[in-house]
Amino acid sequence: MAVELDVFVGNTTIMDEEVYQLWLDGYTVNDAVKVRMEGGVLDECEASADVLLSDTMDQYRTFQMCERLLHSPAKLANQLLFQIPPHRQTVLIERYYAFDDAFVREVLGKKLSKGTKKDLDDISAKTGVTLKSCRRQFDNFKRVFKVVEELKGPLVENIRQHFLLSDKLARDYAAIVFFTNNRFETGKRKLQYLTFQDFAFCAGQLINNWTVGAVDNMVEDMDVDLDKEFLQELKELKILITDKDLLDQHKSLVCTALRGKTKAFNEMEANFKNLSRGLVNIAAKLTNTKDVRDFFIDLVEKFIEPCRSDRWTAADMKLYLTHYTNSAHILDTFKHQVVWDRYMGVIKSCIFKMYHD
Amino acid sequence: MPGKLKAKIVAGRHLPVMDRASDLTDAFVEVKFGNTTFKTDVCHKSLNPQWNSEWFKFEVDDEDLQDEPLQITVLDHDTYSANDAIGKVYIDIDPLLCTEAASVISGWFPIYDTIHGIRGEINVLVKVELFNDLNRFRQSSCGVKFFCTTSIPRCYRAAMVHGFVEELVVNEDPEYQWIDRIRTPRASNEARQRLISLMSGELQRKIGLKVLEMGGNAVVGYLQCFDLEGESGLVVRAIGTACTLDKVSSGSAPNTNTHVHPNTAPASNACNSPSKDGKESPLAHGCRSTHNSPVHSVCSSQRLSQNFSVSVPTLIFTGMGSGGSAGKEAGPLKTLLRQHTQTALEQREFPFFTLTSFPPGFLVHVGGVVSARSVKLLDRIHNPDEPETRDAWWEEIRQEIKSHAKALGCHAVVGYSESTSICEEVCILSASGTAAILNPRYMREGCLDIGSTDHRFEDPSPPSCGFCHIPYDELNMPFPAQLTYCYHCRRQKVPDVLFTTIDLPSEAAVTGKGCLIQARLCRLKKKAQGEVNATAISNLLPFMEYELHTQLMNKLKLRNMNALFGLHIQISVGENMLLGLASATGVYLTALPAPGGIQIAGKTPGDLSNEHHILTIQKRINDTIAKNKELYQINPPELTEEGLGSPIPEPRQRSRLFRSHSESSDELSELDLSHGKKDAFVLEIDDTDAVEDIHSLLTDAPPPTGFYSCNTEIMPGIYNWTSGIQMFTSVRVFRLSNANLTNQGLNKIFTDLCENLLKSFYFKLRSMIPCCLCHLNFTVAVPEEELIQVAVTAVAMTFDKDQAQEKPAEKPINKGSSENEEQLQFPLELCADVSSANTQPSSKVSGTVSLLTPAAKLCQNQLVMIHLPGVPESTNVSSRAASVDYGSFADRCSTWLELLRLKAHTIRRGSVKTSRRTQSLAHSVSSLERCSPLPEGRSRSLRSSRSFGGSSVTVVKMTPLSFLPGIRIIKYLGIINMFFIRETTSLREEGGVSGFLHSFIAEVFAMVRAHVAALGGNAVVSYSMKECVLMENPNKNQAQCLINVSGDAVICVRETDQEPTASMTNIGQTCCSANDGAT
Repeated sequence: MAVELDVFVGNTTIMDEEVYQLWLDGYTVNDAVKVRMEGGVLDECEASADVLLSDTMDQYRTFQMCERLLHSPAKLANQLLFQIPPHRQTVLIERYYAFDDAFVREVLGKKLSKGTKKDLDDISAKTGVTLKSCRRQFDNFKRVFKVVEELKGPLVENIRQHFLLSDKLARDYAAIVFFTNNRFETGKRKLQYLTFQDFAFCAGQLINNWTVGAVDNMVEDMDVDLDKEFLQELKELKILITDKDLLDQHKSLVCTALRGKTKAFNEMEANFKNLSRGLVNIAAKLTNTKDVRDFFIDLVEKFIEPCRSDRWTAADMKLYLTHYTNSAHILDTFKHQVVWDRYMGVIKSCIFKMYHD
Repeated sequence: MPGKLKAKIVAGRHLPVMDRASDLTDAFVEVKFGNTTFKTDVCHKSLNPQWNSEWFKFEVDDEDLQDEPLQITVLDHDTYSANDAIGKVYIDIDPLLCTEAASVISGWFPIYDTIHGIRGEINVLVKVELFNDLNRFRQSSCGVKFFCTTSIPRCYRAAMVHGFVEELVVNEDPEYQWIDRIRTPRASNEARQRLISLMSGELQRKIGLKVLEMGGNAVVGYLQCFDLEGESGLVVRAIGTACTLDKVSSGSAPNTNTHVHPNTAPASNACNSPSKDGKESPLAHGCRSTHNSPVHSVCSSQRLSQNFSVSVPTLIFTGMGSGGSAGKEAGPLKTLLRQHTQTALEQREFPFFTLTSFPPGFLVHVGGVVSARSVKLLDRIHNPDEPETRDAWWEEIRQEIKSHAKALGCHAVVGYSESTSICEEVCILSASGTAAILNPRYMREGCLDIGSTDHRFEDPSPPSCGFCHIPYDELNMPFPAQLTYCYHCRRQKVPDVLFTTIDLPSEAAVTGKGCLIQARLCRLKKKAQGEVNATAISNLLPFMEYELHTQLMNKLKLRNMNALFGLHIQISVGENMLLGLASATGVYLTALPAPGGIQIAGKTPGDLSNEHHILTIQKRINDTIAKNKELYQINPPELTEEGLGSPIPEPRQRSRLFRSHSESSDELSELDLSHGKKDAFVLEIDDTDAVEDIHSLLTDAPPPTGFYSCNTEIMPGIYNWTSGIQMFTSVRVFRLSNANLTNQGLNKIFTDLCENLLKSFYFKLRSMIPCCLCHLNFTVAVPEEELIQVAVTAVAMTFDKDQAQEKPAEKPINKGSSENEEQLQFPLELCADVSSANTQPSSKVSGTVSLLTPAAKLCQNQLVMIHLPGVPESTNVSSRAASVDYGSFADRCSTWLELLRLKAHTIRRGSVKTSRRTQSLAHSVSSLERCSPLPEGRSRSLRSSRSFGGSSVTVVKMTPLSFLPGIRIIKYLGIINMFFIRETTSLREEGGVSGFLHSFIAEVFAMVRAHVAALGGNAVVSYSMKECVLMENPNKNQAQCLINVSGDAVICVRETDQEPTASMTNIGQTCCSANDGAT
């Protein structure tokens, strides 16, 4: 004796947000029922476990049927099969495209290839995110990547319009796409302390300042690639470290400005040349794709780590970088102010974001 | 050549990939009507083709226009092999034939394939130009309006109700033709879909002709069903009520007489002026109390088939002469009225009405439920392709119903419906309705614009109790019944219990709230063939009817209620069992006496342990009754025996005069201490089966706090609906695994199945609390030997708990209901002593609970004054009217969107003249739609143009009710009657049967919504799923399902829009708005 068939279809599609989350999180029907029972829905409404099972199955079925539409969210608004209130649609899409920071940290900057997909079970074991959920998130990344890769115009806006995501989520996806496209290395042990949000912030800075679209919105070009001309120009900054006079001049300007304002002054003074070399070298090397990939690891190794070992505070860092950047303007022989600002603006905010434990 | 049909194929979207190589499709469209076919160009390599075709013109007879659907086929062009079909759209163009309905069909239709389901959408424009046809002998009936709604549709008034129309057409079922062996399942399904569509059209046309013959212009309560007889054919049959409807100008629509529900005007009038009523002399009729033997059956044998019929004038339903102004002096008038009515009705072969709620004053008295069933053998039909045999069968049943009604002293049957259940070659035909006396003025020509004189003379605003008064002669009753004086007017006789198939008349005074009451029953039968089988079924039927009835009665008493509305008894036949399901909404009618309790009696009084056991059960029953009283807020007014100023001086003595056979009951009444002075229903326990039955009686769990349920249109006792609605369909199939089941075991399974379904609904809809499940329509079937299928369609509607729940007139009765609300929840201690029940020694003997008629245990009927202080402030109503919008999402779409659509629709209406003009107007329509604010942030189109930015989907509400709360229907666009077949050969891949059916039902909803939207509508009312036949073969990974749905497409706007007097009409469907007329 068993219920062989059990369906419930509403004219307005009924979706329970809690069950949706369980489905997204990759729970099996039975596990979801357990979670719901522990959550106490039953006590609220005097229902039995059977009722809960039946409800969960129904909802899982509905979600499965909807999943196809969620792959191209624009369809959800004008499909006829499910009558879903617009605000519900927004929630459905937003939740479907939401991801776990722990998971995204693992794949950020990796090629979204079949090979990576095969490693998902390892990632699942490592992060505690179910394999099913990992696959969904991975496929979402890949789908968004594929769609916007070839599109012209602002990246965030493209994602927002194509996938009908909130601004915040669209920005996160832009970061993911950007990292994936440039294959930034994020997995090294030294970078482990950085969260996805740190990287997302940095990505935002890079997208807004270092891509072609950043200079001129009217140019119908891609946001996902760094501005090649700019990278080329960065080489000119080398003069700051190769020209001995300039380097000394720069140092003395910065030190004058900093003197007495921070406890770490001595360390700053002692390390100035090293640090300056570090930053300028990073800039000069960015024409190489390989070095672009190592951008973050270089920032950490060449700048953040030395500062941290000298126990700079965040305020020290801010002070130092501000003066370091501004002092370059006063150098009369230094002609690359525009490039310098464009470079240091991003470096400054990235380092501020990344300078934490 | 009186019509020109024009169709234009605009575009497609979301098409499936048909060419694997390119991941694209080369789509083109065939447009077919009758035998003419047109084709569009091929739109190469696109999943979103823009055909923008020319207008395809079909010049056809209007007869064909009515019968044929427009058939649109989308195909994938293939240069070398045959073109692949993507899917089809059938468009019923009937709504275009009626001048008042839609004038253009335009919109996105899902492209449907019987194997793959919905595959993309197609945008189509369809128009019809009709020429005047003066041919007297025409075969068409264009212009006759059809409504599924079983009341006079809003925005119309009934100028005249002509009566019953029926028709039946037969054809060979394509699935059983020889050709089916060689054609594909798709071809076979499509042949069937097309055939049923054709037959439905033909049927509708023929019924329309009959209506025209009768002088009517509309069919209300149109009920179409199809019978899949198998080898012997496919029958499509329909019944309905022919009417002449006048359109009411939109301004006054909700407040006039035509409105069915807002009927308290006369009612509250009557209630508020007891002095006027009091002037009339009290009735001198005595009281005779008896109880029916609920079943008397007639068995007859026919040449062709076993014929059997059971008639169940089931309960006793009373009523007296004319409504309200009864009394002696009313006598002649009463006869006059009867004569009128009789002459008016006797001209009709069948004075049947498929309506379930009526204009005020239409229904005079209600007699009781009449039903007839007959078992037929389909393989004995002589001439299966002709309708004659089936016509004769139904004729026979209708005659029987008519005679039952006559026996109840009634000249008409209302709330009439017919149904069949088929298993192999056996077919059970059933018909049921409510015997009633109607006011003749709706049947006579001329007196419809109720002149005030006419009105006063014949219809002195019937008090809220008028319909309860017995219509039959109490000295010569058709069956034993227990009568008392009406508790409301105390001048007429009423029965102790009233069963009906209609909705609760809006003027009826109800105490407390109602609830869904179901009786469920399974009976095993031996597998057999032919006549043996038919006889076996025939023999089982009366017992089933009897038991269902007993269960209903017990459950009614257990809830302390005294009347059932919307009673629907379904008996379904399978190979080895019969299923019976009776659903109704129980209420406490203020006019009827309080129900007695239930008393348990043991058969062997000597046995001590047994006695103890009986006492426990008795206690539980009494507790349950007490709890239910609280739960449903049934607090009838205190029965003061020496009611002050009672107009009946010595009720007790008088009643005794006429009650010769019940004298002895006076002593017996002393026994029944638990429930005061009321007669008790006695249940005798003589074995374990009986104990089981009593347990099952007690296992019906009450709905959880905040929920109510009923199977009528609205819940008696709830008046302040808010606008949140959710219509749903749910299907469950249960497989019985062990072969040696007993009747008891089966009953338990079946009961649990139904109860669990209800529990599921409550759980799923918990976010809508406080809410009521309305129009819960259960359909049971036995699709295979060990399967039980239950399908339910209903609507959940929210209401405002905090606002006054009572009708103004009832205020004194229901005081304090809001406090009770908090205590609605009663965990019922179930089965605590099941085990002890089973240990009874007599368990081997099977037996039944026997039911002693209350007549035998009669106690005195007390006639009591109901003190109803006149309620002067009918203005109370408006306080309730400001309903809170609980905002189902559809309501969020701003009001001006609705208005905009409306305007768009009017534009379309005006645009029929030239094709060019329409085209441009159609454009303007779509641009209007484009700027709709609905999908905000959604409509931005992308630079890549991969999606369809602007086109939003119209929100279409669906409800099985005839109205939408807080929403005013401003136009009926025509009937929706759709039939779909879905088949799969990859059942597992589609998620098993559940996945298969889930998506199919969702697809059916989607197609209904799309058709309604294309007609310019935004809601479907009176929606019902008439048929859901599921066949599965999991081993072969196959399943097939047929679904038939129907409803009325409408345009509606929120009450608050364009309605400055909204305060009165806001909850127009309930009684209150009519007070407007009263004040």
